[in-house]
Amino acid sequence: MKSKFIKWLSLPYIIWAIGFIIIPLLMVFYFGLTDKNSHFTISNVLAIFQPIHIKSLLIALLLSLISTIICLLISYPLAMILSSFKKGNDKMMILIFILPMWMNFLLRTLAWQTLLENEGIINTVLSLVKLPSINIINTPYAIILGMIYNFLPFMVLPIYNVLCKIDGNLLNASRDLGANEIQTFCKITLPLSVPGIISGITMVFVPALTTFVISDLLGGSKILLIGNVIEQEFTLNSNWHLGSGLSIVLMIFIVISMLISAIFDKDGEGNTF
Amino acid sequence: MRKLFLFGLLATLTILPLFGCGKTYENGEVYVYNWGEYIDPDVIKMFEEEYKIQVIYDEFETNEMMYPKVEANAVQYDVVCPSDYMIQKMIENDLLAELNWDNIPNSTNIGEQFYLTSEEFDPGNKYSVPYCWGTVGILYNTDKVDEPITKWSQLWDEKYKNQILMQNSVRDAFMVAQKLNGFSMNSVDPDELKIAKDCLLEQKPLVQAYVVDQVRDKMIGNEAAIGVIYSGEALYTQRENEKLIYVIPEEGTNVWIDSWVVLKNSKNKENAEKFINFLCRPDIALKNFDYITYGTPNTAAWDLIDDEDIKSSEAAFPDLSKYNNLETYHYLGEEGDELYNNLWKEVKSE
Repeated sequence: MKSKFIKWLSLPYIIWAIGFIIIPLLMVFYFGLTDKNSHFTISNVLAIFQPIHIKSLLIALLLSLISTIICLLISYPLAMILSSFKKGNDKMMILIFILPMWMNFLLRTLAWQTLLENEGIINTVLSLVKLPSINIINTPYAIILGMIYNFLPFMVLPIYNVLCKIDGNLLNASRDLGANEIQTFCKITLPLSVPGIISGITMVFVPALTTFVISDLLGGSKILLIGNVIEQEFTLNSNWHLGSGLSIVLMIFIVISMLISAIFDKDGEGNTF
Repeated sequence: MRKLFLFGLLATLTILPLFGCGKTYENGEVYVYNWGEYIDPDVIKMFEEEYKIQVIYDEFETNEMMYPKVEANAVQYDVVCPSDYMIQKMIENDLLAELNWDNIPNSTNIGEQFYLTSEEFDPGNKYSVPYCWGTVGILYNTDKVDEPITKWSQLWDEKYKNQILMQNSVRDAFMVAQKLNGFSMNSVDPDELKIAKDCLLEQKPLVQAYVVDQVRDKMIGNEAAIGVIYSGEALYTQRENEKLIYVIPEEGTNVWIDSWVVLKNSKNKENAEKFINFLCRPDIALKNFDYITYGTPNTAAWDLIDDEDIKSSEAAFPDLSKYNNLETYHYLGEEGDELYNNLWKEVKSE
């Protein structure tokens, strides 16, 4: 009796998943694999090999790879510091990290625009103290900065979660047996935190690869990422077929990174929340 | 007991807004789809109070973004405010309803010459009522530029590297390159378009950013020296930053009209016409002009303007007979659109 009731409770989520995930996905495949006259074609998917599209895909891959690596380099030490805090204190620090995420992502990106502009806040302060100005707005550097800023929490939290779960006795045992701190880190901490790292990489890489807002706002629309190409096909060129076709290509990349994370993180240890 | 009290309080707070303080709109509603910041919000409120019609108001950034939404019919808009060439496209694709001019008596306040220009895209003036008009020109900052800017070709000058803001919309960007080369902005000749594309590519390293609405704030904030801008934004930016000057380039430019149209599948056609009629009332058109600073084709409203400087302002009400090579955009058909879009994508991806 009780289990039946619980089954019914899941109904809203099933409706949600069908209505907002499965049907839209099917529509993407339908549009991506047909032409204007509803005939089957794979030309929309193959269009990725056009010079413009392949170039924007490569730039997007490069920028998201760079920002993922930088995110990882920043996040790992940070997660270690956070996990070494006493219970209670760490919650406060985590809160500080999550706090910006309560604000709208668009607004935060727009704020970076105001900060980075040539006559913006950072440069005004720099010129007041007679330091050279930084001119990175409307360049790929600003896009990378925007990606790192926006997606950093997604890297910190999974790594922090796995680090917290590491049994302190393992570390003590390693020290007992004569390993120094570096050996302990390499042999115990790092291998045990791989699920968190992989999960963090997916959580940063996928949104960075597909973003179009960050490159629009911080890149001055001068750099076309694959996300921008797709967005423009939908909003400006009214070519939903090509836009969907290119989305299918992007989905392949997303599925690959999800597979990798599934292989390394079998027990779902690196889940963010 | 305390739980019960809390529950009661919550319940009252939830139900309370349903009673009393809500406004009533006994004459239904009208769905309006307009450009961003293209109406005085007070005007909407005044209309709602006077006609007891609720206005559901949405905004778009470019004609190209508006069209797919209207075509897909996702939200059933009644009144939309597209530009000339887009109106032509909507007429050709049978998206617009013919207006009943008897319901829009105030439309006679609109100057005769604007109906004449409208004939170019709306033959017989069946579908559209002009709302704003203007040109596309150059706005420059006299603090950052030591010579008068008069020509499009100055946007290709190396010394303004990283100081130029271009329009991030296909037609406006190509128009600049086409006029630079003396071509028509409605050309679909592949050779001419290729030359225009090469010009834009050559210019790209000098461009600070491709923007649409942001050009206004960036120019006010001294972020760039030169920007391509719609004339209507010029008055507003000058109000905020007196170093800015607007010019219509010598090579010629685009003269545009944005007009109200009613969609064919509109469910509130009469309300839509009431809304258009209300906006054509001289006092309302004037109030609107003060807010959005885009030139109004409403001659009765123009007569009401006190400030002689504004009445003869180059930006808001230019004397077009002084200029050569002015053109209005035409709809170029699906193939023409595709040609432009693909070339624009090449420019952007370089």
